[in-house]
Amino acid sequence: MANRKIFGVTALFNDPNAIIAAARKVADAGFTKWDVNSPYPIHGIDKAMKMKPSKLGIITLIFGLSGAVLALILMWWTMSVDYPMLIGGKPYFSLPAFVPVTFEVTVIFATLSTVVSMFAFFFGLPSNSHVLHDTAYMKKVSRDHYGIIIESRDPKFSEQTVLELLKNLKPISTEVIYYPEKESYPIFEPRFLIFLFGVAVVVSLGTYLTLNKLMYIVPFDWMDKQAKVIPQTSSEFFADGRGMRLPVEGTVAKGFIPYPFEGQTNPSEVLSNPYFPTKENLQLGQRKFLTYCSPCHGNYGDGDSRLAGQFPNPPTLHSERARNFQDGMIYHIITVGQNVMPSYASQVTREERWAIVNYIRALQRAKNATDADLKLVKAE
Amino acid sequence: MHTNDFTYQRKDLPSSISKIGMTLLAVGVILGVAAFFVDHSRAVYNYLIAFAFMISVGVGALFLIALEYIVGADWSVPIRRVVEFFAATIPLLAILVIPLLLNVGELFHWSHPEAVAEDKILNAKAPYLNVTFFIVRVFVLIGLWSLFYFFFVRNSKKQDTSKDQKLTTINIKLSAIFIPIFALTITISAIDWLMSVEPHWFSTIIGVYFFAGTIIAALAAVTLATVLLKEHGYLHPAMTNDHLYSLGALMFAFVNFWGYIAFSQYMLIWYADLPEETFWFMQKWEGSWAIFSIGLIIIKFLVPYIVLVSQPSKMDPKKLKFIAVWLLFAHFYDLFWFVMPEMEQLSGGYSFSWIDLVFPIAAIGLIILVFNMKAKKENLIPIGDPKLQRGLDFHL
Repeated sequence: MANRKIFGVTALFNDPNAIIAAARKVADAGFTKWDVNSPYPIHGIDKAMKMKPSKLGIITLIFGLSGAVLALILMWWTMSVDYPMLIGGKPYFSLPAFVPVTFEVTVIFATLSTVVSMFAFFFGLPSNSHVLHDTAYMKKVSRDHYGIIIESRDPKFSEQTVLELLKNLKPISTEVIYYPEKESYPIFEPRFLIFLFGVAVVVSLGTYLTLNKLMYIVPFDWMDKQAKVIPQTSSEFFADGRGMRLPVEGTVAKGFIPYPFEGQTNPSEVLSNPYFPTKENLQLGQRKFLTYCSPCHGNYGDGDSRLAGQFPNPPTLHSERARNFQDGMIYHIITVGQNVMPSYASQVTREERWAIVNYIRALQRAKNATDADLKLVKAE
Repeated sequence: MHTNDFTYQRKDLPSSISKIGMTLLAVGVILGVAAFFVDHSRAVYNYLIAFAFMISVGVGALFLIALEYIVGADWSVPIRRVVEFFAATIPLLAILVIPLLLNVGELFHWSHPEAVAEDKILNAKAPYLNVTFFIVRVFVLIGLWSLFYFFFVRNSKKQDTSKDQKLTTINIKLSAIFIPIFALTITISAIDWLMSVEPHWFSTIIGVYFFAGTIIAALAAVTLATVLLKEHGYLHPAMTNDHLYSLGALMFAFVNFWGYIAFSQYMLIWYADLPEETFWFMQKWEGSWAIFSIGLIIIKFLVPYIVLVSQPSKMDPKKLKFIAVWLLFAHFYDLFWFVMPEMEQLSGGYSFSWIDLVFPIAAIGLIILVFNMKAKKENLIPIGDPKLQRGLDFHL
């Protein structure tokens, strides 16, 4: 016992007034590294201990203000700049609507920062133990006594004088607290860690097996498990193992007309435009062109679309080459695609494809209009 | 912990106080009567504001008494008499209300039967908003407040000599009855006196709004009186600045509460954007009223918030004196902002008139006089209260 280092000297008192008087005297004696322990906060103890006001409030203030600023910036950016949303006819940046959120964010920043910084700066983390833990003294002062402890790291500390000072305060008892022989943390002992790991494995496995196997009750599964083939899955019913069937060889699905020129480079000799460029036909072509073609080719076929840069730009439709394409060639390209352009056969019907061809012809003619064309327009 | 070697000896307040009160009241009354002849309508509106201010201080103080009893507060016991003296203005309200009742027609559009007849909305509100029921309500409210004031103070006074703890118990029970009645009556008075000036407008939060302002005014009056009395040694010498801290903290709390309620009222009306509600705020944005509206936020919320936010400032007598006077003005300003734009000749914007200054002077003079009169008759400390020692021992 005698060889161990002293942590501090404690004194126990029986009522709150006595502890305030005692604290006053200890503070007057000029000690700095000392503390009062009580089961509940005692009014007036701060003053008796001559404690400086806590600095925690500054952290609360700073984080509270930054919470307010961040909340406002967040709402301003999301609601007014990045994705402006019109709500109830209010301006994009309408402060009254933002005040409640700002208020809440201020409060949550202030409180969380207070608690976290209290733990981080004032409770001495990451240390998770204290010499006074598990002492008889701590057990008493957390129940029905009031205690003073003067720590040995105080520059004025000497066992004799401190004991004398404390005894003069007429406590119930005084006690010298020593550091434990060896700093040992029961929770870091290998045996305990292995035990902890074992418990974790048993508990998680047990829970998993109990809930998922032993006690597993099938919930309403009549939607989950239906007597049908789910697309793109295998099936044991058919010899080839496919769930989805291939069409019978040599047949054509109802309403489907096969396109026989796939794979050919220029079937225009046999593909001729069956539609006249009537007004209705051109309007249909324009509609479909603007929907399906213009995103890449541009509204006038210049290859300057609004998607420019995100996809490779298609060449202009007004080049010499494109203007010399026959109708069938353009139709063929729409149907089977070319280079990076995919097939549009499933989006645009045959009639619409021909209409688009007519519309492209109209665009090409407009772009390279002759004087005769202008006269025609003026004549109309 | 303190040795009880202090025996209370009653001291009269200096005679200068009664002189100040008298002068203020005399000036206020003379100019006030003159104002009724100069600009009748404006005088009536200003009288209404001063009357609502008197309700705030008096009834607010009564609520503070009940609050102390019901929550079992110790710290406020040494200054309870100060609160009681402010509540002493309540019975006077029954007389003060008479000039208003004589001018109901000037103040309230709904009091004209011919206007109500051609107005569907007012017609529907007529069962509540009619002159007879209005007068009944006014006197029932003032009667109820006076009754509770009388019981609270009688028990408190009796205790000075009898030292009977049972009287505290009775007052606790009384306050349990009073607080729901207070909630109801303060709401009714807010609706009757403030909201019905514009009978087409409605806000369901108006009772709480007036309540918040009322408690601010009462607390400010109590704080001002307490700090002044304490400085000149009229209160118990064992009282510390820690007692003041509670007053400062309560003022801070209610400033926040008022801000919260005022903003809630504004935001809900702004968000819903219903013409039958928004027009009221639009009136307060006409011409120079816009400056008043912005000023309200600064005067009644921002300034007191910033002054009171730190802990030391809540117990600094100098700052408390300043902010108490400030908040009394702020509450008056709030009522002024609330009522005056409804006056027809001021609906386009504010124009200054000396009449606006007269009635608050009279109100302050009257409150000082009543306070002084009570202080002459009664002890400034409830010496018989069983919680007095605990209250004096109060520390942060």
